[in-house]
Amino acid sequence: MHDVAPARFAPGDRVRVHNVDPDHHTRAPRYVRGHQGVVVDSQGEWPLADDLARALDPRVEPVYTVRFAARDLWGDGVHTVSVDLWQSYLEAVTEHG
Amino acid sequence: MGETHASTPVAARVRRLEERLIEAGLVSDPELDEVLARYLAGASPLNGARMVARAWTDDDFRSRLLADANSVITELGLSMRSGLREQPLKVVANTPGRHNVIVCTLCSCYPTGLLGPSPSWYKSEAYRSRVVREPRAVLGEFGLTLPDDAEIMVWDSSSERRYLVLPVRPAGTDGMSEDDLVGLVTREGMIGTAAV
Repeated sequence: MHDVAPARFAPGDRVRVHNVDPDHHTRAPRYVRGHQGVVVDSQGEWPLADDLARALDPRVEPVYTVRFAARDLWGDGVHTVSVDLWQSYLEAVTEHG
Repeated sequence: MGETHASTPVAARVRRLEERLIEAGLVSDPELDEVLARYLAGASPLNGARMVARAWTDDDFRSRLLADANSVITELGLSMRSGLREQPLKVVANTPGRHNVIVCTLCSCYPTGLLGPSPSWYKSEAYRSRVVREPRAVLGEFGLTLPDDAEIMVWDSSSERRYLVLPVRPAGTDGMSEDDLVGLVTREGMIGTAAV
């Protein structure tokens, strides 16, 4: 059993989804990879779906709801898209972006 | 979006997988049927509709539902417990200026126990890829035209959490009882592709 990863983010934090393309199952949808959003909710800790799908002893991580502006994802649009993402999919956005 | 469920490639794949499992003696047809029947017994949009009608008629229920749906739906005899761990439920409320719509871009997750088995269009690539890109146009194709200044929030169910939309109570229903209101609520309303 892995230890539960401590929470690195909180609502209001600006985050970026890692721009990686793993060769296994993941729950980081392609259309948000590399894009910035804002954490709007914490969902508690959950086993990492990527590990479960490969029958590995799963890492357990906080899951966050991250809100993206359509303009940031697609270049236009005024709606938002909220996506639920495991912590290891995310990196903090510094002041320099 | 016209294909039937039975004709989709994934349905054929599931049938082949079932046959292999049965051939290998790992599971029998009746056992599989029993698992499915147990899972789907009681799964119906009527459950979600009862939740919505209660929220429309009871402000206290409504605010508790929006804050912590899992603990509140038990008051209606409902539960999000289907597998090993209870699925968290998040209810998102429409207002006159804000419309919510749910999708699962990776597959077809949604709260089956509260909405019944998902419609084939919900699983279609067209819906899953377009509603995050151009929700206003997609909703228009469903016959739902929103005011130009209405904010649209799309929720992509990519984790274990499930989403359900709480529609706005229709105008002119002040005199209706909770039981009568239940009959107004549709599955599409609780996905967000219809007003109610």
